[in-house]
Amino acid sequence: MVNNTIAINAIWKILETVKDPEVPVLSVIDLGVIRAVALEEQQVRVTITPTYTGCPAMDMISMHIKMVLNAAGYQTTIQTVLSPAWTTDWITENGKQQLKAYGIAPPVGKSFDQTYLEDLIVPCPQCNSTHTVLVSQFGSTACKALYKCEECKEPFDYFKCH
Amino acid sequence: MATMKNEIDFLLHLADNALIIGHRNSEWCGHGPILEQDIAITNIALDYIGQARNFYQHAAELINRHPIGIDITQTGNDIVLPATEDSLAYLRDVREFKNLLITEIPNGDWAHTTLRLFLLSEFEMQLFTHLLQHPDAQVAAIAEKSIKEVSYHVKWSQDWVLRLGDGTEESKQRMQAAIEAIWAYTGELFIQPEYATAACLNYAAIQDVWNKKVSAVFEEAGLNIPSKTFIQKGGAEGMHTEHLGYILAEMQYLQRAYPNSEW
Repeated sequence: MVNNTIAINAIWKILETVKDPEVPVLSVIDLGVIRAVALEEQQVRVTITPTYTGCPAMDMISMHIKMVLNAAGYQTTIQTVLSPAWTTDWITENGKQQLKAYGIAPPVGKSFDQTYLEDLIVPCPQCNSTHTVLVSQFGSTACKALYKCEECKEPFDYFKCH
Repeated sequence: MATMKNEIDFLLHLADNALIIGHRNSEWCGHGPILEQDIAITNIALDYIGQARNFYQHAAELINRHPIGIDITQTGNDIVLPATEDSLAYLRDVREFKNLLITEIPNGDWAHTTLRLFLLSEFEMQLFTHLLQHPDAQVAAIAEKSIKEVSYHVKWSQDWVLRLGDGTEESKQRMQAAIEAIWAYTGELFIQPEYATAACLNYAAIQDVWNKKVSAVFEEAGLNIPSKTFIQKGGAEGMHTEHLGYILAEMQYLQRAYPNSEW
């Protein structure tokens, strides 16, 4: 039992190396898509939840998880669960800082607060100005909206509340 | 068994709705009025394809678990077993599709496209809210997931109805023309298909909320609701407009011509 706990901790460590292919600074753990890890003999079952139902990155993430765990000597099965539905509230504090450093504004506020669809103040990740405007609620990937900073004039992605 | 057949038919109805409207929206890829809006509508198309996959996958699971005695089609054709999300999307014929007619009519101009999406997503918002109480936990889970995406679709499409309706003379005239053209297809949204037997569904209540929401937006945009009440219907039972066959011809060609091909 103790050994099992140690092994599961080791598996979580390995999963930290799996990054979101679209946002390569975010690990799947920071992104909040890993719901559970179970180990029986050398069989690992990883339970994941999709960010967006149509997000093509999810297939790549599943494949990548299998690859790194296989390389560490584990047979892996991936189980996908939809409920409770993924929310940006599950992105870790570390993940939010990584996003900002990468130039993507992290989600503002909590997703259960319906004002996430209204006019939010999203600080510019480049210059921190709050003088920004929404260009489109749909950006370069399903999870992002497109904003523009009126101070530094740079466009930027916003990881929208979900 | 009848209950199971009903649930499978209902799942196919939801999946077909999502697949066909997703396909229609994807036709704008590379043709949107400006780059940001082109990206927006293709993102929405992607959400719909994702929803379609969830519903087809669950339908396939149920079909494979209960294959005996399930005549899945209106026309009596056999479904390919084992069923998969792909076989359900690519190997069923036009009369077996159960999508609402509003999802298959052509895109028309930007006003038609955004209005159709607004009318449909306000409906989905209510339908999926009812489905949160569905006795099958997976149906409730798909609804829970989809609602989050539909919230953004409602917001985006509603903004366009307001922007065009309350815009220039031409944009207003185009949005009003879109309403006149599409209105006859909205009645079918609230006709409860006979296989939609889950107790959590109340189509009259859905219609009530929908009417209020749509009227409020039209009023704000200065648009009129048509007085004529003729209803185009039949899609949910496999009776389609001539447009669906063309969509399927394009969508299914590869799998029909080269069975089991992958990329």
